[in-house]
Amino acid sequence: MARIGVFVCHCGENIGRTVDCARVAEALREHPGVAHSVDYKYMCSDPGQALIKQAIVEKRLDGVVVAACSPHMHEKTFRRACAGAGLNPFLCEMANVREHCSWIHEDRARATDKAIDLARTIVEKVKHNRPLQTIRIPVTRRALVIGGGIAGIQAALDIADGGAEVVLVEKEPSIGGHMSQLSETFPTLDCSQCILTPRMVEVYQHPRIKLLAFSEVDEVSGYIGNFTVKIRQKARAVDTSKCNGCGACTTACIQRKIPSEFDERLGMRSAIYVPFPQAVPNTPVIDRANCAYFKAKAKGATKAACGKCAQACSREAIDFDQQDSFLTERVGAIVVATGFQLYQIGADQPQGLTGYGEYGYGTVPDVIDGLQFERLASASGPTGGKILRPSDGKEPKRIVFLQCVGSRDPAKGMAYCSKICCMYVAKHTMLYRHKVHDGQATVFYMDIRAAGKGYDEFTRRAIEEDGARYVRGRVARLYRDGDVIKVHGFDTLSGEPLVLDADMVVLATAMRPQPGIEALAQKLSVSYDQHGFINEAHPKLRPVETNTAGVFVAGACQAPRDIPDSVAMASAAAAKILGLFSQAELEREPIVARVDASLCAGCFHCERVCPYGAVERKEIRDRKGTLLKVVAEVNPGVCQGCGTCQATCPSKSVELDGFTDQQIWAEINALAL
Amino acid sequence: MRIGYYPGCSLHATARELDESLRAVASALDLELQELDDWSCCGATSAHATNHLLSLALPARNLALAEAQGHDRVLAPCAACYNRLATARHGIAADSAVAARVARVLDRPFANRVAVANLVEVLRELGPTIKAKTVRSLASLKVACYYGCLLVRPAEVVGFDDPEQPTSMEEVVRATGATPVAWQMRLECCGGAFSLARTASVVRLGRAILDDARRAGAEALVVACPMCHSNLDFRQSAMLERGEKPLPVLYLSELVGLALGLAPGTLGLQRHFVDARPLAARTAAEVR
Repeated sequence: MARIGVFVCHCGENIGRTVDCARVAEALREHPGVAHSVDYKYMCSDPGQALIKQAIVEKRLDGVVVAACSPHMHEKTFRRACAGAGLNPFLCEMANVREHCSWIHEDRARATDKAIDLARTIVEKVKHNRPLQTIRIPVTRRALVIGGGIAGIQAALDIADGGAEVVLVEKEPSIGGHMSQLSETFPTLDCSQCILTPRMVEVYQHPRIKLLAFSEVDEVSGYIGNFTVKIRQKARAVDTSKCNGCGACTTACIQRKIPSEFDERLGMRSAIYVPFPQAVPNTPVIDRANCAYFKAKAKGATKAACGKCAQACSREAIDFDQQDSFLTERVGAIVVATGFQLYQIGADQPQGLTGYGEYGYGTVPDVIDGLQFERLASASGPTGGKILRPSDGKEPKRIVFLQCVGSRDPAKGMAYCSKICCMYVAKHTMLYRHKVHDGQATVFYMDIRAAGKGYDEFTRRAIEEDGARYVRGRVARLYRDGDVIKVHGFDTLSGEPLVLDADMVVLATAMRPQPGIEALAQKLSVSYDQHGFINEAHPKLRPVETNTAGVFVAGACQAPRDIPDSVAMASAAAAKILGLFSQAELEREPIVARVDASLCAGCFHCERVCPYGAVERKEIRDRKGTLLKVVAEVNPGVCQGCGTCQATCPSKSVELDGFTDQQIWAEINALAL
Repeated sequence: MRIGYYPGCSLHATARELDESLRAVASALDLELQELDDWSCCGATSAHATNHLLSLALPARNLALAEAQGHDRVLAPCAACYNRLATARHGIAADSAVAARVARVLDRPFANRVAVANLVEVLRELGPTIKAKTVRSLASLKVACYYGCLLVRPAEVVGFDDPEQPTSMEEVVRATGATPVAWQMRLECCGGAFSLARTASVVRLGRAILDDARRAGAEALVVACPMCHSNLDFRQSAMLERGEKPLPVLYLSELVGLALGLAPGTLGLQRHFVDARPLAARTAAEVR
């Protein structure tokens, strides 16, 4: 016979007002298997906990039910109390008679009856509880950071400065991300590269950071504290160990008219190239799709078609035969910081998106996007920092800026606000006025969203000091009319349609996550929203964690973010990881699924439905080593205890500890009796 | 192919040539048009400004007729009729409360099963047949496709083409062999129903449309809406202020008819205010 103790809490007036706690305790005293039943004003207080401890010892209890608040509130408290008295903490359960009963009912007699029922169900469950042991997981004190933009750089530096090793993976030839393309940054107008490049160099030189540029994450396995990551190092065709970054190869290259990605196709680069002069690492890479040597080879030429770069290299660093290589890293935590891309509007749109063809992007050369304007305004850009329009190189005297292109537009684009555009458009109007004193900037906006320190002041400055003209309304369409662009818009404040002549138009297009984010998220078993942004574990209280333990998120891959936000998230993720690394072992609740190998038929339904990739395959062999069968096995380090496998298993061979079928049935039966 | 045919009031009156050319083209393309028996007004410009329920019930009555007469699709060549029919179909499908109210008013069985098609949509589907049956080369003919405001909007109701960058009319024009020009005023308003009430506005708007088409090198406008046609054709003499050459305004079905070698008389070309017959004669001279 079980010896269960029932402890009914009044929670001051919270429960006691509606539920007759003394009667609940009395009713439970009569329940089979209950050896002790009392009520008390505040069960969570020290004297309340002492009551429980004392009863466990004196009445030799083998199970405890606390009829009180939600287990979210005090389960830990009462389990700790039980452990203190020598009872396995997982033999203690709570019956929620506050949120589920007293707070939502008015009739005292019926609420009391319900509280009795609730307590009885839990008593029946506890009869089937078995002692569980806290799971301990070893921790590898190394972190993987995916993405070498400002968020990834900040996370890597903070973790490494905290004493742990970091592997930083960047898919482009250089770290730096979008921030390295920017001219000046809001709201202080400090030069983006001037504040970023020292950080990039710091990453490169840090003794605890292993930088893997031009690399991508191929496979991820394992769980918190114990991830194994396979990384593909893409072939640069340049031997990093020999190259000293002199640049002779890029000068020698015969292909010089390739649109530069770094300059957003407004400038040209060679086929062997370094994305920008301050690149880290400063090692060139051969763009095989555009290189004469590789193009000829792909067509089947047997003789080397070019090879000018190899001839120019004094260190014999050019290696045309280099192949992608793989390496495996073991890490304890992962930061996803893959950043954003701008919504590519116009004729050629990815992923079945359409819309905004009326803005002529891609067909009218002087209609450009925000990042292209950054390159025009940047001292390192294709025009050396002069604002010149792409079609004829003339200085535009009238620029029209369009905000919310693709953002806040559920009909044609994204429903969300891209957050940074209000600020960077204000910045663009200022940079424009500072460079072209007689230039007139006109901004079409929906609202000005300038929430941030010094942000509203900044947009006011653009309007009041730098003469930007703000028109509240949207633009219907644009078209080229001879030398000018006709902008048909609507001023919603005056209620008048508006036709403006512009020399150049800048579209503040929506921020979207990087292409391929879904594939990466699936490798990491983290969830993402309908736009591909990585989901945080809790929108308010766990903003940099994901739903997979040990995987964190920072920067614009989670939602549109500006630089300060991205950096703050990165530092927060780093702090979380350093906290994780501060212990040799992780402790976690043993509420995980277990497979009974003798019953498992190996159908692996559980493997398919597990959202966390916790189900593995195990071979059962006899003593001679003959394979008998393959069964499912749950990795307790990965399992989050959701119970989906248990609900799916046709042979009932998976059980979730703490919530077994037997326990749930016992609860239901107690209600039915 | 068989399709229910809802001509609406225009095609029996000011847009007779649209009716005539459409019937001629349909028979040449083996498209059987079955005019709905006992059709009534769609409500067009006035009903939706007067009474919301009425504006849905009037077209719904015609859709119910089409359903009862065994059609799964009805062609409404007038852009205004098309818009009203499609809007009613969409509005009734989207809201069961509205559907119930309309059903009460209709007092006849109605399952809202009939699809609504417009002239451009149907001709686009027949594009390959048009191409195959073209006997006259229109290659030297440059036309400006004018969609107007109603044909492709609102997107959630219409949905057969991009509301900002439509291509369907150009596709039909290419099937006839003629060349669509790239121009800017394809979707601008022509003044719609204000031809009588605010003639000056209609003239101002129409002039901008004609000027842009002319600048783009067009020799004719192609339309698919009786309202646009009457504004741009009937009012065109008032729009020509500096002795510009008038631009014939053709219905899309008339252009297809010319390509198919149908006689201008059967296409109703003699009914236009801006004479389109010299243009037709020029194409007739260029037999493929």
